[in-house]
Amino acid sequence: MRTICFYFQIHQPFRLKRYRFFDIGMDHYYYDDYANEEIIRRIAERCYLPANQTILQMIKETGGKFKVAFSISGIALEQLELYAPEVIDSFKELAQTGCVEFLAETFAHSLSSLEEDSDEFELQVKMHASKIQSLFGYKPTTFRNTELIYSDDIGRRVANMGFKGMITEGAKHVLGWKSPNYVYCCASNPRLKLLLKNYKLSDDITFRFSDWSWDQFPLTADKLINWISACPKEEDVFNLFMNYETFGELQSKETGIFEFLKAIPRMAEKADINFETPANLFSKKKPIDRIDVPYTISWADEERDTSAWLGNELQRSAFNILYSIREKVRLCTDRKILQDWYYLQTSDHFYYMSTKHFSDGAVHNHFSPYETPFEAFTNYMNVLSDFMIRVREKFPEGVDVEELNSLMKTIDAQGKIIAQLEQEKNDTTSTPSEAKAKKRKVECKAQKVTKERKSTAKKEKSTTSVPKSKKSIA
Amino acid sequence: MRALMFGWEFPPHILGGLGTASYGLTRGMSAQKDMQITFVLPKPWGDEDQSFLRIIAANKVPVVWRDPNWDYLNQELAGRMSPDEYYRMRACIQEDNNHIGTNGIGSIEFSGRYPDNLQEEIRNYDAVAGVVSRALDFDIIHSHDWLTYPAGVHAKYVSGKPLVIHVHATDFDRSRGNVNPTVYSIEKAGMDHADHIITVSNKTRDTVIDQYHIDPAKVTTVHNAVEPLSPEIQAIQPHHNTKDKVVTFLGRITMQKGPEYFVEAAHKVLQKTKNVRFVMAGSGDMMEKMISMVAYKNIGDRFHFTGFLKGTEVYEILKSSDVYIMPSVSEPFGISPLEAMQVGVPTIVSKQSGCAEILSNAIKVDYWDIDAMANAIYSIITYPAMYNYLKVEGKKEVDGIVWENAAWKVRDIYDRVLGLK
Repeated sequence: MRTICFYFQIHQPFRLKRYRFFDIGMDHYYYDDYANEEIIRRIAERCYLPANQTILQMIKETGGKFKVAFSISGIALEQLELYAPEVIDSFKELAQTGCVEFLAETFAHSLSSLEEDSDEFELQVKMHASKIQSLFGYKPTTFRNTELIYSDDIGRRVANMGFKGMITEGAKHVLGWKSPNYVYCCASNPRLKLLLKNYKLSDDITFRFSDWSWDQFPLTADKLINWISACPKEEDVFNLFMNYETFGELQSKETGIFEFLKAIPRMAEKADINFETPANLFSKKKPIDRIDVPYTISWADEERDTSAWLGNELQRSAFNILYSIREKVRLCTDRKILQDWYYLQTSDHFYYMSTKHFSDGAVHNHFSPYETPFEAFTNYMNVLSDFMIRVREKFPEGVDVEELNSLMKTIDAQGKIIAQLEQEKNDTTSTPSEAKAKKRKVECKAQKVTKERKSTAKKEKSTTSVPKSKKSIA
Repeated sequence: MRALMFGWEFPPHILGGLGTASYGLTRGMSAQKDMQITFVLPKPWGDEDQSFLRIIAANKVPVVWRDPNWDYLNQELAGRMSPDEYYRMRACIQEDNNHIGTNGIGSIEFSGRYPDNLQEEIRNYDAVAGVVSRALDFDIIHSHDWLTYPAGVHAKYVSGKPLVIHVHATDFDRSRGNVNPTVYSIEKAGMDHADHIITVSNKTRDTVIDQYHIDPAKVTTVHNAVEPLSPEIQAIQPHHNTKDKVVTFLGRITMQKGPEYFVEAAHKVLQKTKNVRFVMAGSGDMMEKMISMVAYKNIGDRFHFTGFLKGTEVYEILKSSDVYIMPSVSEPFGISPLEAMQVGVPTIVSKQSGCAEILSNAIKVDYWDIDAMANAIYSIITYPAMYNYLKVEGKKEVDGIVWENAAWKVRDIYDRVLGLK
């Protein structure tokens, strides 16, 4: 029996507002609320809500045989919560059917998997998983990286986090003569199973569905199922991975995309094809072979590599500067800083800086809020400059991260002791003499601690100020 | 294919971009083996490069029949023209030009510049065109810029050969919309009589169609290009004598070039950062106004005027710059940003410049958007990746913009006009 595995990607970045250099150090709010709200509302109304409705209906009509998977980035979830909470509700409704799987990814839809010597990637994946858990009461077991970026190394890291499977691009230069229509496994850790995107069929729907100049136009559910049936018998998994915006946004409602989607289960049933979520496939099927991916792949452009985000010097420089302050940001407890840290990591910011469209397709251009990649770079760097100033202000200059870390730990521990002692002090309500003795003891101890604390503070003061939050404890 | 071209300027003695473009285009066309170019100039200096074309000195062409003695003739021709040619030309005088003031050999004195009696010079040039077009054999006439349109039209009706005019600028660019009616009428007549019109940018093409009411089918854009750097220029060493970044404006300080926007942007940048200097190189009627503007804004310690630059000084300044900026209000093409990119200087151009149509690796801003301009300057001087990218990719890009390609487009137009295609 053949299986179709549908997976839909949902992501919208927090677009930056026009941020001139004279705003650096003055204005700490970076986002274009108007554009972000306008875009997410539009897509919600044209795509997310009607598509969710359609899928819910399909699940009900087929009695739970129709199954899909979603990957919603943390950034997109936050925007939906802000601007279109009804979409979250409709996903919750879908989650309750049990026919929908939510995949794990990086919270910020970031390129952190390409940062090799830090745990930023792992932290973000955990953060996203807890977000999904809190919203949908569901612990994701399948991983999907930003823009389907994958390599053996990333596979190893994902397996170490305990994921059973991962989905990625069926890039031609990786597969060679192999077919994407099987379950594979990771070369560096065979326990991690892989599903590869069938880019031919997926792109037929995403990009060519309403293309009049395409020789197969119009695409019908009938035709799609026939193509799948015509494949060799052994090929049993057909991975149709696409942007959710395909339904209603990239292909407008008027093209008949929703009717196309609705007709698929009926046609599939006739041809004896069923639907499955990635997690179920991983538990049912055995991998046929391993896939070696020494160089990073993704689902973008003709090259299927990371050059859309890190292809030119502008992009690489912005990326390196961003991650150069990672360690300091991670010492921060300020929620606003951490929030900006996630929002600034979103891969889209780097995508806008791509200069590839100077020669090839206009795809980059189409989705960018900027006129040119230079404008994108300048705006991003201005914002990043301000962000870096804010992060640096939190810490004394000239102290390296390790030293800072140990100082922070000392302050933290002492803060706890002081709090504990004060607690004890307040608790002493028994006999006056006993209380006096205890009090003296406590005061003595407290004095000692304060002394210690002072010496640490001095050490810090010699460079600059102590973080504000800690001061208040003292 | 033999082309008779009428021009006004030719290197090394040039006053603006017209001479550079004329030279580049003719040189590019000379790469076509069957191309012969005869270039008429009002006043050649004798040191022009004639290796790839023939220059006819209009100020030696007889327009009134005189019979000077041999020695006097040789002395007057001063090597600019051979006596044989003089006699051949003299045999072709068919019009009565006695109303024009001529010298001892029957020729007209031209200044070859843009004097106050420019209208008169244009009319006189027209008279020369009548003689030249009778004396020479050619297949097509090509007139560069409005000064030579009347000459081209005259030559067309004398010879019956088709006329192509090359619009390097229109009066709408020079005057910010307040056109001089006399100039407009000359331009309009030239365009009406031309068989085909070449414009240096789509922006100029739109002006020709909208403001001069010309049939769009008759107007084709051929973007300018840039000559490869000569070894002498490549050898010039930049002298960066300060640790500061240098942002340069280079050109005539006139209304058309938008110098005041540069001063405004400089002021914005200097409010935020100090390690930068601004240079305004060139001269023009708005220079004094700019100096007082700089003084008023109190940025004189960081803003410098160089006055008019000659010869290699231009490249010395360019090579020592970190940013080149051309905030022109209306620029038909603008070759200078391409020259800056050739020496690896990141460039900012206004969207109202023709060259913005073909450049990808330059920053484009609206001339009036001083915030965006200041932001772009700041970006280049602050973020090394931006500077390096524009430096390297800009040079790569501009090295691919060669006159040979433009020349082939012109050739294609010739062929179409002559019905060969």
